[in-house]
Amino acid sequence: MNMRIPILKLNETLIVSIQWELDDQTAIQFQEDLLKKIHATTARGVVIDLTPIDFIDSFIAKVLGDVIHMSSLMGAKVVLTGIQPGVAITLVELGIRLERIMTALDLENGLEKLHKELEE
Amino acid sequence: MEYGSSVEINTEWDIVAARQLGRNEAKKIGFGTVDQARITTAISELARNIYLYAGMGRIEITCILQGQMKGISIIASDEGPGITDVRKVMDDGFTTSGGLGAGMPGVKRLMDEFNIATERGVGTTITAIKWLR
Repeated sequence: MNMRIPILKLNETLIVSIQWELDDQTAIQFQEDLLKKIHATTARGVVIDLTPIDFIDSFIAKVLGDVIHMSSLMGAKVVLTGIQPGVAITLVELGIRLERIMTALDLENGLEKLHKELEE
Repeated sequence: MEYGSSVEINTEWDIVAARQLGRNEAKKIGFGTVDQARITTAISELARNIYLYAGMGRIEITCILQGQMKGISIIASDEGPGITDVRKVMDDGFTTSGGLGAGMPGVKRLMDEFNIATERGVGTTITAIKWLR
């Protein structure tokens, strides 16, 4: 019962909206799907929107951190958007550091940030 | 009145089931969204530890009352190998899984009360409580 997370392409950017609670398999599948999509489309930027997500545990945080690192190895920049207050609080209390990660309040700001970053 | 329910942890999918049960219970008790996130995350970490280290076990979620206080209790129990050095496990940054779990200190910070009972070769029972404010 694996669900795939849709990855949309808009010009040079890939847009991902994570709409439901991630189980381990879906998260790992997403990691692979995103890297393959970056490779196939030569996208330079990715926005992952987490607005509907109300908690992130250490496993999901690790998968997200890893996929951001992997994407950067391939040459694509990733922005995380829409992290809810409860998610930010629990990640810090858990002791999880997502360092050197670009974030923005929402998808709109995220796209703007990414475009500025890619222009440089 | 106290009531509760439990989830057997045998597969990765049971981790999802346990945290969904916990989230629903937390919502029912009246916890706000931030505490719901804390409780759901704590359950996820405890259930994952059972899955990773003991293979199987169970998560029990109970609504508890103590005087005027209302809260949620999470009991994670397994009959796995037990924890050899509890003090070490409670050290921030200690991991044997290569960083898969956030570790017990993180779960302790998310909750109000936290207790580990463990015996080598017998198993581990972790009790964590969050009080409604």
